[in-house]
Amino acid sequence: MRTVLLGRPDRPRGRERLPAPALALALVAVAFFALPLLGLLWRAPWSDAWTELTASSALRALKLSITCSLWAVALSILFGVPLAWLLARIEFRGRGLVRALCLLSMVLPPVVGGVALFFALGRRGLVGQWLDRWFSIRLPFSTAAVVIAQTFVAMPFLVVTVEAALRQLDRRVEDAARTLGASRWYTFRKVTLPAIQPALVAGVALAWARALGEFGATITFAGNFPGTTQTLPLAVYLALESNPQQAIMLSLVLIAVSFAVLASLRDRWLGGVVGARPR
Amino acid sequence: MVLRMRLRPRLLTAVLVPLAVLTAGCGSSSTTATTATTATPATTATTGSPSTTGSASGTITVLAAASLTESFTALGKQFEAAHPGSKVTLSFGASSTLVTQILQGAPADVFASADTANMKKLTDASQAAGDPKAFATNRLEIIVQKGNPKNITGVADLAKPGVTVVTCGPDVPIGKYSAQVFAKAGVTVTPKSYEADVKAVVQKVVLGEADAGIVYATDVQAAGDKATGVVIPDAQNVIATYPIAVTKTAPNAALATAFVAYVSGADGLATLAKFGFTAP
Repeated sequence: MRTVLLGRPDRPRGRERLPAPALALALVAVAFFALPLLGLLWRAPWSDAWTELTASSALRALKLSITCSLWAVALSILFGVPLAWLLARIEFRGRGLVRALCLLSMVLPPVVGGVALFFALGRRGLVGQWLDRWFSIRLPFSTAAVVIAQTFVAMPFLVVTVEAALRQLDRRVEDAARTLGASRWYTFRKVTLPAIQPALVAGVALAWARALGEFGATITFAGNFPGTTQTLPLAVYLALESNPQQAIMLSLVLIAVSFAVLASLRDRWLGGVVGARPR
Repeated sequence: MVLRMRLRPRLLTAVLVPLAVLTAGCGSSSTTATTATTATPATTATTGSPSTTGSASGTITVLAAASLTESFTALGKQFEAAHPGSKVTLSFGASSTLVTQILQGAPADVFASADTANMKKLTDASQAAGDPKAFATNRLEIIVQKGNPKNITGVADLAKPGVTVVTCGPDVPIGKYSAQVFAKAGVTVTPKSYEADVKAVVQKVVLGEADAGIVYATDVQAAGDKATGVVIPDAQNVIATYPIAVTKTAPNAALATAFVAYVSGADGLATLAKFGFTAP
Protein backbone atom coordinates (compact mmCIF):
# COMPACT_ATOMS: atom_id res chain seq x y z
CA MET A 1 0.00 0.00 0.00
CA ARG A 2 2.66 2.40 1.06
CA THR A 3 4.87 1.67 -1.92
CA VAL A 4 1.98 2.26 -4.27
CA LEU A 5 1.23 5.59 -2.69
CA LEU A 6 4.80 6.67 -2.73
CA GLY A 7 5.24 5.48 -6.29
CA ARG A 8 2.38 7.48 -7.62
CA PRO A 9 4.04 10.89 -7.87
CA ASP A 10 6.64 9.43 -10.21
CA ARG A 11 4.03 8.91 -12.88
CA PRO A 12 3.89 11.70 -15.41
CA ARG A 13 1.09 14.08 -14.55
CA GLY A 14 -1.63 15.48 -16.78
CA ARG A 15 -2.46 12.21 -18.52
CA GLU A 16 -5.45 11.37 -16.41
CA ARG A 17 -8.87 12.28 -17.75
CA LEU A 18 -12.21 12.27 -16.01
CA PRO A 19 -15.10 10.51 -17.72
CA ALA A 20 -17.44 13.13 -19.17
CA PRO A 21 -20.31 12.63 -16.66
CA ALA A 22 -17.95 12.88 -13.70
CA LEU A 23 -16.39 16.01 -15.16
CA ALA A 24 -19.83 17.57 -15.71
CA LEU A 25 -20.86 16.84 -12.11
CA ALA A 26 -17.59 18.19 -10.81
CA LEU A 27 -18.10 21.41 -12.75
CA VAL A 28 -21.60 21.76 -11.34
CA ALA A 29 -20.08 21.43 -7.89
CA VAL A 30 -17.53 24.13 -8.68
CA ALA A 31 -20.31 26.42 -9.93
CA PHE A 32 -22.30 25.69 -6.79
CA PHE A 33 -19.46 27.03 -4.65
CA ALA A 34 -18.55 29.86 -6.99
CA LEU A 35 -22.05 31.28 -7.51
CA PRO A 36 -22.71 32.65 -4.00
CA LEU A 37 -19.33 34.36 -4.14
CA LEU A 38 -20.18 35.87 -7.52
CA GLY A 39 -23.51 37.00 -6.08
CA LEU A 40 -21.70 38.95 -3.39
CA LEU A 41 -19.20 40.41 -5.83
CA TRP A 42 -22.03 41.38 -8.16
CA ARG A 43 -23.87 43.31 -5.43
CA ALA A 44 -20.78 44.77 -3.81
CA PRO A 45 -20.81 48.56 -3.65
CA TRP A 46 -17.34 48.99 -5.15
CA SER A 47 -17.49 52.79 -5.30
CA ASP A 48 -18.19 53.01 -1.57
CA ALA A 49 -16.08 50.00 -0.65
CA TRP A 50 -13.48 51.94 1.25
CA THR A 51 -16.04 54.05 3.15
CA GLU A 52 -18.02 50.99 4.17
CA LEU A 53 -14.95 49.09 5.31
CA THR A 54 -13.39 51.91 7.26
CA ALA A 55 -16.64 52.84 9.00
CA SER A 56 -15.89 52.70 12.70
CA SER A 57 -18.41 49.91 13.30
CA ALA A 58 -16.79 47.73 10.64
CA LEU A 59 -13.28 48.32 11.94
CA ARG A 60 -14.37 47.66 15.50
CA ALA A 61 -15.94 44.35 14.53
CA LEU A 62 -12.91 43.37 12.46
CA LYS A 63 -10.51 44.23 15.26
CA LEU A 64 -12.57 42.33 17.81
CA SER A 65 -12.84 39.33 15.50
CA ILE A 66 -9.10 39.16 14.96
CA THR A 67 -8.23 39.63 18.63
CA CYS A 68 -10.74 37.06 19.84
CA SER A 69 -9.93 34.47 17.20
CA LEU A 70 -6.20 34.73 17.94
CA TRP A 71 -6.91 34.23 21.64
CA ALA A 72 -9.12 31.28 20.80
CA VAL A 73 -6.34 29.74 18.73
CA ALA A 74 -3.78 30.33 21.48
CA LEU A 75 -6.04 28.59 24.00
CA SER A 76 -6.72 25.81 21.50
CA ILE A 77 -2.98 25.16 21.14
CA LEU A 78 -2.36 25.37 24.88
CA PHE A 79 -5.04 22.84 25.76
CA GLY A 80 -5.60 21.09 22.45
CA VAL A 81 -2.09 19.75 21.85
CA PRO A 82 -1.89 18.03 25.25
CA LEU A 83 -5.41 16.72 24.71
CA ALA A 84 -4.45 15.32 21.32
CA TRP A 85 -1.34 13.80 22.91
CA LEU A 86 -3.48 12.15 25.59
CA LEU A 87 -6.01 10.82 23.09
CA ALA A 88 -3.37 9.56 20.68
CA ARG A 89 -0.97 7.90 23.06
CA ILE A 90 -2.58 6.90 26.31
CA GLU A 91 -4.71 3.80 26.50
CA PHE A 92 -7.47 4.16 29.03
CA ARG A 93 -11.00 2.94 29.46
CA GLY A 94 -13.56 5.20 27.89
CA ARG A 95 -11.07 6.86 25.59
CA GLY A 96 -13.54 6.69 22.72
CA LEU A 97 -16.14 8.39 24.86
CA VAL A 98 -13.76 11.13 25.94
CA ARG A 99 -12.77 11.72 22.34
CA ALA A 100 -16.40 11.91 21.22
CA LEU A 101 -17.13 14.33 24.04
CA CYS A 102 -14.23 16.60 23.11
CA LEU A 103 -15.09 16.61 19.43
CA LEU A 104 -18.84 16.96 19.89
CA SER A 105 -18.87 20.71 19.33
CA MET A 106 -17.58 20.10 15.80
CA VAL A 107 -20.88 18.58 14.72
CA LEU A 108 -23.14 20.39 17.14
CA PRO A 109 -25.14 23.34 15.76
CA PRO A 110 -23.24 26.31 17.22
CA VAL A 111 -26.42 27.76 18.72
CA VAL A 112 -26.81 24.59 20.77
CA GLY A 113 -23.22 25.01 21.90
CA GLY A 114 -24.03 28.57 22.93
CA VAL A 115 -27.08 27.50 24.91
CA ALA A 116 -25.02 24.77 26.61
CA LEU A 117 -22.30 27.27 27.53
CA PHE A 118 -25.03 29.50 28.90
CA PHE A 119 -26.21 26.86 31.33
CA ALA A 120 -22.65 25.99 32.30
CA LEU A 121 -20.98 29.38 32.59
CA GLY A 122 -23.90 31.84 32.62
CA ARG A 123 -24.81 33.84 35.69
CA ARG A 124 -27.14 31.09 36.88
CA GLY A 125 -25.15 28.29 35.26
CA LEU A 126 -23.68 25.18 36.83
CA VAL A 127 -20.27 26.78 37.32
CA GLY A 128 -21.19 30.36 36.45
CA GLN A 129 -23.26 30.95 39.58
CA TRP A 130 -20.23 30.21 41.75
CA LEU A 131 -17.97 32.37 39.59
CA ASP A 132 -20.45 35.17 40.14
CA ARG A 133 -20.90 34.55 43.87
CA TRP A 134 -17.27 34.02 44.83
CA PHE A 135 -15.32 36.11 42.36
CA SER A 136 -17.98 38.41 40.85
CA ILE A 137 -16.99 37.06 37.44
CA ARG A 138 -19.81 37.31 34.94
CA LEU A 139 -18.92 35.87 31.59
CA PRO A 140 -21.99 36.56 29.42
CA PHE A 141 -21.80 39.86 27.51
CA SER A 142 -18.02 39.99 27.94
CA THR A 143 -15.23 39.65 25.41
CA ALA A 144 -14.01 36.65 27.39
CA ALA A 145 -17.29 34.93 26.54
CA VAL A 146 -16.60 35.44 22.85
CA VAL A 147 -13.17 33.81 23.24
CA ILE A 148 -14.72 30.92 25.17
CA ALA A 149 -17.44 30.40 22.55
CA GLN A 150 -14.87 30.47 19.74
CA THR A 151 -12.48 28.12 21.55
CA PHE A 152 -15.37 25.75 22.21
CA VAL A 153 -16.14 25.36 18.52
CA ALA A 154 -12.60 25.70 17.15
CA MET A 155 -10.37 23.57 19.36
CA PRO A 156 -11.67 20.19 18.11
CA PHE A 157 -10.36 20.99 14.62
CA LEU A 158 -6.86 21.31 16.03
CA VAL A 159 -7.26 18.24 18.23
CA VAL A 160 -8.34 15.86 15.45
CA THR A 161 -5.63 17.09 13.12
CA VAL A 162 -2.83 16.80 15.67
CA GLU A 163 -4.13 13.54 17.10
CA ALA A 164 -4.15 11.88 13.70
CA ALA A 165 -0.60 13.04 13.05
CA LEU A 166 0.58 11.79 16.42
CA ARG A 167 -1.06 8.42 15.91
CA GLN A 168 0.74 7.57 12.74
CA LEU A 169 4.07 9.04 13.69
CA ASP A 170 6.86 6.50 13.73
CA ARG A 171 7.33 6.04 17.44
CA ARG A 172 10.70 4.39 17.04
CA VAL A 173 12.23 7.81 16.53
CA GLU A 174 10.84 8.96 19.83
CA ASP A 175 11.94 5.73 21.45
CA ALA A 176 15.44 6.29 20.12
CA ALA A 177 15.51 9.76 21.66
CA ARG A 178 14.33 8.31 24.96
CA THR A 179 17.01 5.61 24.98
CA LEU A 180 19.56 8.30 24.38
CA GLY A 181 18.49 9.85 27.65
CA ALA A 182 16.07 12.55 26.56
CA SER A 183 13.22 13.24 28.95
CA ARG A 184 9.64 12.79 27.84
CA TRP A 185 9.11 16.52 27.64
CA TYR A 186 12.40 17.07 25.80
CA THR A 187 11.54 14.34 23.30
CA PHE A 188 8.15 15.87 22.73
CA ARG A 189 9.59 19.30 22.05
CA LYS A 190 12.61 18.29 20.00
CA VAL A 191 11.40 15.20 18.15
CA THR A 192 7.63 14.87 18.20
CA LEU A 193 6.65 18.50 17.69
CA PRO A 194 8.89 19.11 14.66
CA ALA A 195 7.60 15.89 13.11
CA ILE A 196 3.95 16.85 13.46
CA GLN A 197 4.56 20.49 12.59
CA PRO A 198 2.67 20.42 9.26
CA ALA A 199 -0.37 18.89 10.95
CA LEU A 200 -0.12 21.39 13.77
CA VAL A 201 -0.01 24.31 11.36
CA ALA A 202 -2.94 22.89 9.42
CA GLY A 203 -4.88 22.40 12.64
CA VAL A 204 -4.13 25.93 13.76
CA ALA A 205 -5.29 27.36 10.46
CA LEU A 206 -8.52 25.37 10.50
CA ALA A 207 -9.24 26.27 14.11
CA TRP A 208 -8.53 29.92 13.39
CA ALA A 209 -10.83 29.99 10.37
CA ARG A 210 -13.55 28.34 12.40
CA ALA A 211 -13.11 30.78 15.29
CA LEU A 212 -13.19 33.73 12.93
CA GLY A 213 -16.48 32.59 11.42
CA GLU A 214 -18.15 31.71 14.71
CA PHE A 215 -21.68 33.07 14.90
CA GLY A 216 -24.24 30.92 16.69
CA ALA A 217 -22.46 30.24 19.96
CA THR A 218 -21.27 33.83 20.18
CA ILE A 219 -24.66 35.50 19.74
CA THR A 220 -26.36 33.13 22.17
CA PHE A 221 -23.70 33.01 24.87
CA ALA A 222 -21.80 36.26 24.55
CA GLY A 223 -24.50 38.58 23.26
CA ASN A 224 -23.99 41.34 20.76
CA PHE A 225 -22.50 44.70 21.58
CA PRO A 226 -20.18 46.75 19.37
CA GLY A 227 -16.63 46.68 20.65
CA THR A 228 -17.26 44.06 23.33
CA THR A 229 -18.91 41.05 21.75
CA GLN A 230 -19.95 42.05 18.23
CA THR A 231 -17.60 40.10 15.98
CA LEU A 232 -17.53 40.33 12.21
CA PRO A 233 -20.13 37.61 11.52
CA LEU A 234 -22.54 39.22 14.01
CA ALA A 235 -21.95 42.61 12.42
CA VAL A 236 -22.70 41.11 9.00
CA TYR A 237 -25.94 39.58 10.21
CA LEU A 238 -27.13 42.79 11.83
CA ALA A 239 -25.93 45.10 9.08
CA LEU A 240 -28.04 43.14 6.62
CA GLU A 241 -31.10 44.92 8.04
CA SER A 242 -29.77 48.43 8.40
CA ASN A 243 -26.91 48.68 5.91
CA PRO A 244 -26.82 45.84 3.36
CA GLN A 245 -23.91 47.48 1.52
CA GLN A 246 -21.76 47.21 4.60
CA ALA A 247 -22.92 43.64 5.19
CA ILE A 248 -21.71 42.71 1.71
CA MET A 249 -18.33 44.35 2.17
CA LEU A 250 -17.83 42.74 5.57
CA SER A 251 -18.79 39.37 4.10
CA LEU A 252 -16.20 39.81 1.39
CA VAL A 253 -13.55 40.58 4.00
CA LEU A 254 -14.44 37.38 5.87
CA ILE A 255 -14.37 35.39 2.65
CA ALA A 256 -11.05 36.88 1.60
CA VAL A 257 -9.46 36.05 4.94
CA SER A 258 -10.85 32.49 5.02
CA PHE A 259 -9.88 31.96 1.41
CA ALA A 260 -6.34 33.15 2.07
CA VAL A 261 -6.04 30.76 5.00
CA LEU A 262 -7.29 27.78 3.02
CA ALA A 263 -5.21 28.65 -0.03
CA SER A 264 -2.00 29.06 1.93
CA LEU A 265 -2.84 25.88 3.80
CA ARG A 266 -3.07 23.95 0.57
CA ASP A 267 -0.03 25.33 -1.15
CA ARG A 268 2.29 25.57 1.79
CA TRP A 269 1.34 22.55 3.81
CA LEU A 270 -0.90 20.18 1.98
CA GLY A 271 1.11 20.75 -1.17
CA GLY A 272 4.36 20.17 0.60
CA VAL A 273 3.09 17.19 2.48
CA VAL A 274 0.82 15.44 0.05
CA GLY A 275 2.33 16.33 -3.27
CA ALA A 276 5.46 14.50 -2.17
CA ARG A 277 7.43 15.19 -5.28
CA PRO A 278 10.82 13.59 -5.06
CA ARG A 279 13.38 16.25 -4.43
CA MET B 1 13.26 12.32 6.11
CA VAL B 2 12.06 8.75 6.37
CA LEU B 3 9.85 9.98 9.10
CA ARG B 4 8.37 12.68 6.89
CA MET B 5 7.71 10.32 4.02
CA ARG B 6 5.77 7.95 6.20
CA LEU B 7 3.78 10.74 7.64
CA ARG B 8 2.36 11.90 4.38
CA PRO B 9 -0.48 9.70 3.16
CA ARG B 10 -2.38 9.67 6.39
CA LEU B 11 -1.73 13.27 7.08
CA LEU B 12 -3.88 14.00 4.09
CA THR B 13 -6.84 12.41 5.81
CA ALA B 14 -5.84 14.05 9.03
CA VAL B 15 -6.20 17.41 7.37
CA LEU B 16 -9.03 16.73 4.97
CA VAL B 17 -11.44 15.19 7.46
CA PRO B 18 -11.61 18.25 9.70
CA LEU B 19 -11.68 20.37 6.58
CA ALA B 20 -14.83 18.60 5.48
CA VAL B 21 -16.36 18.99 8.89
CA LEU B 22 -15.28 22.61 8.92
CA THR B 23 -17.30 23.34 5.87
CA ALA B 24 -20.21 21.46 7.39
CA GLY B 25 -19.80 23.59 10.49
CA CYS B 26 -19.87 26.74 8.45
CA GLY B 27 -23.06 25.58 6.82
CA SER B 28 -24.81 25.03 10.08
CA SER B 29 -23.66 28.32 11.49
CA SER B 30 -25.01 30.19 8.53
CA THR B 31 -28.38 28.49 8.89
CA THR B 32 -28.47 29.57 12.48
CA ALA B 33 -27.99 33.06 11.23
CA THR B 34 -31.47 33.00 9.84
CA THR B 35 -33.06 30.68 12.36
CA ALA B 36 -31.50 32.27 15.40
CA THR B 37 -34.75 33.55 16.74
CA THR B 38 -37.30 33.10 14.03
CA ALA B 39 -38.42 30.34 11.80
CA THR B 40 -37.44 31.14 8.24
CA PRO B 41 -40.30 31.45 5.85
CA ALA B 42 -38.20 29.81 3.16
CA THR B 43 -39.62 26.35 3.78
CA THR B 44 -43.24 27.32 4.02
CA ALA B 45 -45.52 25.93 1.41
CA THR B 46 -47.02 28.35 -1.03
CA THR B 47 -49.67 26.11 -2.41
CA GLY B 48 -53.26 27.25 -2.53
CA SER B 49 -55.28 28.74 -5.29
CA PRO B 50 -53.57 31.82 -6.71
CA SER B 51 -55.66 34.84 -5.84
CA THR B 52 -59.05 33.57 -6.89
CA THR B 53 -61.66 35.73 -5.28
CA GLY B 54 -64.63 34.14 -3.60
CA SER B 55 -64.23 31.46 -0.96
CA ALA B 56 -60.75 31.96 0.36
CA SER B 57 -58.83 28.81 1.15
CA GLY B 58 -55.34 27.40 0.87
CA THR B 59 -52.23 28.47 2.72
CA ILE B 60 -50.91 31.86 3.72
CA THR B 61 -47.61 32.82 5.27
CA VAL B 62 -47.82 35.55 7.88
CA LEU B 63 -44.65 37.31 8.99
CA ALA B 64 -45.36 39.00 12.30
CA ALA B 65 -43.41 41.01 14.88
CA ALA B 66 -41.94 38.90 17.70
CA SER B 67 -44.21 40.61 20.24
CA LEU B 68 -47.20 39.15 18.39
CA THR B 69 -46.00 35.56 18.95
CA GLU B 70 -48.68 34.50 21.44
CA SER B 71 -51.58 36.57 20.11
CA PHE B 72 -51.05 35.70 16.43
CA THR B 73 -50.58 32.01 17.21
CA ALA B 74 -54.03 32.10 18.81
CA LEU B 75 -55.46 34.26 16.00
CA GLY B 76 -54.09 31.88 13.38
CA LYS B 77 -55.85 28.94 14.96
CA GLN B 78 -59.12 30.87 15.27
CA PHE B 79 -58.89 32.00 11.67
CA GLU B 80 -58.29 28.44 10.46
CA ALA B 81 -61.34 27.31 12.41
CA ALA B 82 -63.44 30.10 10.90
CA HIS B 83 -62.17 29.36 7.37
CA PRO B 84 -62.23 25.61 6.81
CA GLY B 85 -59.60 24.50 4.33
CA SER B 86 -57.24 27.32 5.17
CA LYS B 87 -53.85 27.08 6.77
CA VAL B 88 -51.90 29.92 8.37
CA THR B 89 -48.12 29.54 8.57
CA LEU B 90 -46.60 31.97 11.02
CA SER B 91 -43.07 33.25 11.28
CA PHE B 92 -42.02 35.61 14.04
CA GLY B 93 -38.99 37.84 14.34
CA ALA B 94 -37.86 41.42 14.62
CA SER B 95 -40.00 43.54 12.27
CA SER B 96 -36.77 44.84 10.73
CA THR B 97 -35.61 41.28 9.99
CA LEU B 98 -38.97 40.29 8.54
CA VAL B 99 -39.25 43.28 6.22
CA THR B 100 -35.71 42.60 4.99
CA GLN B 101 -36.73 39.02 4.25
CA ILE B 102 -39.78 40.17 2.28
CA LEU B 103 -37.76 42.71 0.31
CA GLN B 104 -35.24 39.95 -0.45
CA GLY B 105 -38.05 37.86 -1.92
CA ALA B 106 -39.20 35.62 0.91
CA PRO B 107 -42.65 34.23 0.15
CA ALA B 108 -45.00 36.12 2.45
CA ASP B 109 -48.69 37.00 2.18
CA VAL B 110 -49.09 39.22 5.22
CA PHE B 111 -46.70 41.43 7.18
CA ALA B 112 -47.54 42.68 10.67
CA SER B 113 -45.00 45.15 12.05
CA ALA B 114 -44.48 46.46 15.57
CA ASP B 115 -43.81 49.96 14.25
CA THR B 116 -44.68 52.15 11.31
CA ALA B 117 -41.04 52.66 10.28
CA ASN B 118 -40.51 49.07 9.18
CA MET B 119 -43.90 48.98 7.45
CA LYS B 120 -42.82 52.13 5.63
CA LYS B 121 -39.85 50.21 4.20
CA LEU B 122 -42.41 47.88 2.61
CA THR B 123 -44.63 50.65 1.23
CA ASP B 124 -41.63 52.68 0.06
CA ALA B 125 -40.52 49.70 -1.99
CA SER B 126 -44.07 49.43 -3.39
CA GLN B 127 -44.30 45.95 -1.93
CA ALA B 128 -47.55 46.46 -0.03
CA ALA B 129 -50.94 45.83 -1.65
CA GLY B 130 -53.00 48.82 -0.58
CA ASP B 131 -52.50 50.96 2.51
CA PRO B 132 -51.34 49.32 5.75
CA LYS B 133 -53.93 49.26 8.49
CA ALA B 134 -53.19 49.93 12.18
CA PHE B 135 -54.77 47.06 14.12
CA ALA B 136 -53.38 47.33 17.66
CA THR B 137 -51.36 49.42 20.06
CA ASN B 138 -49.08 48.41 22.87
CA ARG B 139 -47.35 50.04 25.82
CA LEU B 140 -43.84 49.57 27.11
CA GLU B 141 -42.85 48.12 30.44
CA ILE B 142 -39.60 47.30 32.21
CA ILE B 143 -39.09 43.57 32.55
CA VAL B 144 -37.03 42.41 35.55
CA GLN B 145 -36.16 39.07 37.07
CA LYS B 146 -38.86 37.30 39.01
CA GLY B 147 -39.50 39.09 42.30
CA ASN B 148 -37.44 42.12 41.22
CA PRO B 149 -34.24 41.25 43.16
CA LYS B 150 -32.49 44.42 42.00
CA ASN B 151 -35.38 46.50 43.30
CA ILE B 152 -35.89 48.44 40.09
CA THR B 153 -38.66 51.00 40.42
CA GLY B 154 -38.31 53.07 37.27
CA VAL B 155 -36.40 53.84 34.11
CA ALA B 156 -33.75 55.83 36.03
CA ASP B 157 -32.72 52.67 37.89
CA LEU B 158 -31.63 51.11 34.60
CA ALA B 159 -28.73 53.56 34.43
CA LYS B 160 -27.38 52.44 37.82
CA PRO B 161 -24.02 50.69 37.80
CA GLY B 162 -24.36 46.97 38.47
CA VAL B 163 -27.65 46.70 36.61
CA THR B 164 -27.22 44.62 33.46
CA VAL B 165 -29.57 45.91 30.77
CA VAL B 166 -30.11 44.36 27.34
CA THR B 167 -32.02 45.89 24.46
CA CYS B 168 -32.22 45.64 20.66
CA GLY B 169 -30.58 47.54 17.83
CA PRO B 170 -32.02 50.83 16.51
CA ASP B 171 -33.74 49.13 13.54
CA VAL B 172 -35.70 46.73 15.70
CA PRO B 173 -38.89 48.49 16.88
CA ILE B 174 -38.34 47.76 20.58
CA GLY B 175 -34.77 49.05 20.32
CA LYS B 176 -35.99 52.34 18.89
CA TYR B 177 -38.83 52.63 21.45
CA SER B 178 -36.41 51.86 24.31
CA ALA B 179 -34.12 54.64 23.17
CA GLN B 180 -37.12 57.00 23.12
CA VAL B 181 -38.02 56.01 26.68
CA PHE B 182 -34.46 56.60 27.88
CA ALA B 183 -34.47 59.99 26.19
CA LYS B 184 -37.84 60.97 27.72
CA ALA B 185 -36.63 59.90 31.17
CA GLY B 186 -33.40 61.81 30.62
CA VAL B 187 -31.13 58.87 31.45
CA THR B 188 -28.17 57.38 29.66
CA VAL B 189 -28.36 53.61 29.69
CA THR B 190 -25.50 51.54 28.32
CA PRO B 191 -26.86 48.12 27.41
CA LYS B 192 -24.67 45.02 27.57
CA SER B 193 -26.03 43.56 24.39
CA TYR B 194 -28.24 44.29 21.39
CA GLU B 195 -30.42 41.22 21.06
CA ALA B 196 -32.09 40.06 17.86
CA ASP B 197 -35.66 40.81 18.89
CA VAL B 198 -37.84 41.59 21.89
CA LYS B 199 -38.35 37.92 22.79
CA ALA B 200 -34.57 37.51 23.08
CA VAL B 201 -34.58 40.38 25.59
CA VAL B 202 -37.30 38.58 27.57
CA GLN B 203 -35.27 35.36 27.48
CA LYS B 204 -32.07 36.98 28.71
CA VAL B 205 -33.97 38.38 31.71
CA VAL B 206 -35.92 35.17 32.38
CA LEU B 207 -32.67 33.16 32.24
CA GLY B 208 -31.08 35.57 34.69
CA GLU B 209 -28.27 36.79 32.44
CA ALA B 210 -29.67 40.30 32.33
CA ASP B 211 -31.29 42.22 35.17
CA ALA B 212 -33.66 44.30 33.10
CA GLY B 213 -34.83 45.34 29.68
CA ILE B 214 -37.60 47.37 28.14
CA VAL B 215 -40.22 45.26 26.43
CA TYR B 216 -43.90 45.51 25.53
CA ALA B 217 -46.48 45.19 28.29
CA THR B 218 -47.83 42.19 26.38
CA ASP B 219 -44.44 40.45 26.68
CA VAL B 220 -44.44 40.82 30.45
CA GLN B 221 -47.94 39.35 30.51
CA ALA B 222 -46.84 36.48 28.26
CA ALA B 223 -43.82 35.73 30.46
CA GLY B 224 -46.28 34.96 33.26
CA ASP B 225 -44.65 34.19 36.60
CA LYS B 226 -41.19 33.76 35.07
CA ALA B 227 -40.53 37.49 35.21
CA THR B 228 -41.85 40.66 36.82
CA GLY B 229 -42.93 43.90 35.18
CA VAL B 230 -42.30 47.45 36.34
CA VAL B 231 -44.71 50.04 34.97
CA ILE B 232 -43.30 53.01 33.05
CA PRO B 233 -45.25 56.23 33.78
CA ASP B 234 -47.16 57.78 30.87
CA ALA B 235 -44.82 60.76 30.67
CA GLN B 236 -41.92 58.45 29.81
CA ASN B 237 -43.87 55.79 27.94
CA VAL B 238 -44.23 55.33 24.20
CA ILE B 239 -47.29 53.96 22.46
CA ALA B 240 -46.36 51.38 19.83
CA THR B 241 -48.69 51.18 16.84
CA TYR B 242 -48.91 47.91 14.91
CA PRO B 243 -49.72 48.13 11.19
CA ILE B 244 -50.62 45.14 9.02
CA ALA B 245 -50.62 44.77 5.23
CA VAL B 246 -51.00 42.23 2.46
CA THR B 247 -47.83 42.04 0.41
CA LYS B 248 -47.91 42.87 -3.26
CA THR B 249 -46.41 39.51 -4.18
CA ALA B 250 -48.75 37.53 -1.92
CA PRO B 251 -49.15 34.06 -3.43
CA ASN B 252 -52.65 33.85 -1.91
CA ALA B 253 -53.94 37.43 -1.85
CA ALA B 254 -57.58 36.44 -1.28
CA LEU B 255 -56.91 34.52 1.91
CA ALA B 256 -54.37 37.13 3.01
CA THR B 257 -56.99 39.88 2.68
CA ALA B 258 -59.44 37.77 4.67
CA PHE B 259 -56.83 37.28 7.39
CA VAL B 260 -56.11 41.01 7.65
CA ALA B 261 -59.85 41.69 7.86
CA TYR B 262 -60.18 39.06 10.59
CA VAL B 263 -57.29 40.45 12.66
CA SER B 264 -58.58 44.02 12.48
CA GLY B 265 -62.21 42.97 12.97
CA ALA B 266 -64.15 42.43 16.19
CA ASP B 267 -62.88 38.85 16.71
CA GLY B 268 -59.29 39.88 16.20
CA LEU B 269 -59.59 42.83 18.58
CA ALA B 270 -61.15 40.65 21.27
CA THR B 271 -58.29 38.14 21.04
CA LEU B 272 -55.62 40.84 20.94
CA ALA B 273 -57.21 42.48 24.02
CA LYS B 274 -56.95 39.17 25.87
CA PHE B 275 -53.18 39.26 25.32
CA GLY B 276 -52.91 42.84 26.56
CA PHE B 277 -53.09 44.86 23.34
CA THR B 278 -55.38 47.84 22.96
CA ALA B 279 -57.37 49.04 19.98
CA PRO B 280 -55.64 51.66 17.82
